[in-house]
Amino acid sequence: MFANTDLQHLLFGRLTLEDIPFHEPILQVTFAGVAIGGIAVLAAITYFRFWGPLWRDWLTSVDHKKIGIMYVVLALVMLLRGFADALLMRSQQAIAFGANEGYLPPHHYDQIFTAHGVIMIFFVAMPFVTGLMNYVVPLQIGARDVAFPFLNNFSFWMTVSGAVTVMISLFIGEFARTGWLAYPPLSGADMSPGVGVDYYIWGLQIAGIGTTLSGINLIATIVKMRAPGMSMMKLPIFTWTSLCTNVLIVAAFPILGAVLALLTLDRYVGTHFFTNDLGGNPMMYFNLIWIWGHPEVYILILPAFGVFSEVTSAFCGKRLFGYTSMVYATIVITILSYLVWLHHFFTMGSGASVNSFFGITTMIISIPTGAKIFNWLFTMYRGRIRFDVPMLWTVSFMVTFVIGGMTGVLLAVPPADFVLHNSLFLIAHFHNVIIGGVLFGMFAGVNYWFPKAFGFKLDPFWGKVSFWFWTIGFYVAFMPLYVLGLMGVTRRAQHFDDPSLQIWFVIAAIGAGLIALGIGAMIVQFAVSIKNREALRDVTGDPWEGRTLEWSTSSPPPDYNFAFTPVVHNLDAWWEMKSRGFQRPLQGYKPIHMPKNTATGVILGVISIAFSFAMIWYIWWLAALTFVATLVVAIGHTFNYNRDFYIPADTVSRTEQQRTRALAAVRA
Amino acid sequence: MTADRSLRAPAGAGSARRILRGLVLLPLFGLLAGCNLVVMQPSGDIAVQQRNLVLASTGLMLLIIIPVIVLTLLFAWRYRASNTAARHDPDWDHSTALEVVIWTAPLLIIIALGALTWISTHTLDPFRPLSRIEPGKPVAAEVKPLEVQVVALDWKWLFFYPEYNVATVNELVAPVNRPIAFKLTASSVMNAFYVPALAGMIYAMPGMQTQLHAVINKPGEYDGLASQYSGSGFSRMTFKFHGLEGDGFDQWVAKVKQQGSDLTREAYLQLERPSERVPVTYYSSFSDGLFDKIVGMCAVPGKMCMHEMMAIDAKGGAGKESHGNAERLQYDNRHTERGDEAPGATTPASHRAPKSEAPDADKTHEGSGQGHAAPDQTNN
Repeated sequence: MFANTDLQHLLFGRLTLEDIPFHEPILQVTFAGVAIGGIAVLAAITYFRFWGPLWRDWLTSVDHKKIGIMYVVLALVMLLRGFADALLMRSQQAIAFGANEGYLPPHHYDQIFTAHGVIMIFFVAMPFVTGLMNYVVPLQIGARDVAFPFLNNFSFWMTVSGAVTVMISLFIGEFARTGWLAYPPLSGADMSPGVGVDYYIWGLQIAGIGTTLSGINLIATIVKMRAPGMSMMKLPIFTWTSLCTNVLIVAAFPILGAVLALLTLDRYVGTHFFTNDLGGNPMMYFNLIWIWGHPEVYILILPAFGVFSEVTSAFCGKRLFGYTSMVYATIVITILSYLVWLHHFFTMGSGASVNSFFGITTMIISIPTGAKIFNWLFTMYRGRIRFDVPMLWTVSFMVTFVIGGMTGVLLAVPPADFVLHNSLFLIAHFHNVIIGGVLFGMFAGVNYWFPKAFGFKLDPFWGKVSFWFWTIGFYVAFMPLYVLGLMGVTRRAQHFDDPSLQIWFVIAAIGAGLIALGIGAMIVQFAVSIKNREALRDVTGDPWEGRTLEWSTSSPPPDYNFAFTPVVHNLDAWWEMKSRGFQRPLQGYKPIHMPKNTATGVILGVISIAFSFAMIWYIWWLAALTFVATLVVAIGHTFNYNRDFYIPADTVSRTEQQRTRALAAVRA
Repeated sequence: MTADRSLRAPAGAGSARRILRGLVLLPLFGLLAGCNLVVMQPSGDIAVQQRNLVLASTGLMLLIIIPVIVLTLLFAWRYRASNTAARHDPDWDHSTALEVVIWTAPLLIIIALGALTWISTHTLDPFRPLSRIEPGKPVAAEVKPLEVQVVALDWKWLFFYPEYNVATVNELVAPVNRPIAFKLTASSVMNAFYVPALAGMIYAMPGMQTQLHAVINKPGEYDGLASQYSGSGFSRMTFKFHGLEGDGFDQWVAKVKQQGSDLTREAYLQLERPSERVPVTYYSSFSDGLFDKIVGMCAVPGKMCMHEMMAIDAKGGAGKESHGNAERLQYDNRHTERGDEAPGATTPASHRAPKSEAPDADKTHEGSGQGHAAPDQTNN
């Protein structure tokens, strides 16, 4: 390449042409697929002249609704990547027995299971949850946006930057081969000298900044921006769970940032926090990462619980049973989630009393969780249940999640954990709660709030097809893993000697295939719904006989959400308004104060990608340049005083009159 | 079982579905009968107690899980919108009695399970010497446990038997019904030692020593494995554990004595280099205090042992002079310096040979004392 390797080194750090894995056929195909797909998307945007609207209305938008939608799109796109990894793993494990080595050598397989875990947690589940909270919370509390609209946009682009950083590792260099939590000393500089762990560190560090800031933003929104009359005990239950989740985020994510920063120092400047050398202690990393990691699973599940509460109440046509105990259950889970982290490593040899303490605190969490399940159950009791797609997901969740909860409590008994830890039983358990809990919740939420976001319902037929493939596929894919765990099979193995295990892996692979059909049906559902949007149109803004404020405005809501800030008298505010014969005010509109869009978030996001890429490949000049650029752009933005504008009363009036006419046309 | 019963069920719409379900489940039960659920049918007393605990806890929880699942499906069916006969009570959202029940029921189960947890965690603490061989058979006072020192290497297991002054790679042997006291450590990264038929797993960690006490009650050959991901050779880091009866163990020791070579410190340093699929290797003797040096991470000559460092630290540290010790306290760079493949090295740097290639056949294992190190990898 360059005759002068010093110059090359200066310009490109440790990046060379050999780092692009041309020799991997799987990656070549992937790369070709991504390139063709990418070109098709770009061509479509150009063909439909969508560049302008895309930039003005979406990428630079500070509207919480647009940002929420973009988070969910990010989650769905990354779900495809994470699921592709899952299919690769399942098929490798279904064939790699005895003399058959399968098609993935360890160095590739080990990257795949690491990437699968990282992507599914950080770039599927997290954006899904954040996206739903972003979209729904301000509408549920009768606010016009979040407390800090620009910060919201910036948080989103930080998350995207992290996702892009992790995706780059697919085509340049490699990803970590350490497992999704990158335990040292394996992830230290001596044991993992490549760029894989650095991709991991920087991808998560940048996304983590976004998540933390978005947590602060939503807490401020919920605490400060509720509609008049909405006391804390009149807060819709989804907003309550969102509040607790964001409290968890703000308390837990800085720990992740700190532990990754310490690992970064170990890898980059030769400190010894977690190495074997010079008195470093890897056990400290286990503790720190799980002090973040355990609250993280509650960060994911609490909003899903909120979705199920809203859906159950709406589709049973009934007030939520035991709202108060639901709220206290959520708070108790929030607090207890900090007292259980050690159950992730009972096998590290802590004393019996320490292990029992953490085992019992873990079990105690099942009490409020059990109370929640009963509350949904008794909401269904004497209800009038409409089995639309969101409710189907909810019932499936209730059955699936209690099984996962039971195996979880079983794993919380330390001596039982000794025989099941790190086994496929554990894998089955956490997929049972994360798929059966978080993902089912998010799918229920997407089907529930989609008509609010776009003004038409999602096609129910394909929704049900997707639901059944997912539910059945889940059981077919993960019940065999419970069995394998009881056969003493450990996780992350690339190859097995015992041929009698194979049948179970084949069944699990078939289950993964069914889930693939479920994902396919979901994509078809979106396509069919967009095609038939006129038939699926909902003009009322309240297609499900909703109970909370988001259903009181139009679908999609106007930029300002509510022409008049609603006044709340009841927990089910919109339900109560409807039952008292609420009439929309038709005049007296005032100009509405709104935040202005800005490109700063996108710019900072792009610079952050360049910065992390430079740090990963030791391209120091670029790292310094982009670091300074980040500061300059961020500080520069503080001098931008042109941040807000008023929507004139005329415009508001015109928008609302349109809605009045539309509503009248429906009634006629 | 289920299938039989469903076939005998009276005819009707429901029973047709049950028969169908039975037919679907039948092959699954066949599969379950055919496979070896070793965690559920272990052969060592500790693992048996852990199995019993798994069953007891599951049973306790099913007391509440089954009613919840049944009620969910029942309510979903009974209160479906099309069933207008069912009572609809849209404003019913509170019942103090019911609230008390739904908080108390799980609470009672957790109190029971918590008590079970506290007791069993203490009795089954892996660091606690055994008090019994089998139910009703306490350990006799004169019985000395078999001490086995375990080292998790990249990617094979090294076992020392200090009482007999022999060592093995990838083969663990113990007499039945004699307590075994394991002391475990690792040479480079964290790992976990697991023989499902014998007892639960415990981490093996570099620079540290953990313990595990167990006993095997039935003679036989059992699988042992590494159950904490430790790098690319992890999947093949398996070994066989043999429980031997009568004088089988003594004969085995004699065989190791006769066939094995000496595990010197140099031979160990050769052995600990990353390698996979290492055949069973015997050592008739080993260098004095080698295991302690491995625990102290000072098997490499010139390195400072952990206990020396801790002794210095306990005295308040060595001040400025400690700078001289820095080199002696760096252990992890030996793989990179020697050009061995580190557990997580970059793809282009390793040019790792495909796993389908058989391991070198010309290197003899038993008696060579060489172990079976992988060929040097070049870093570029």
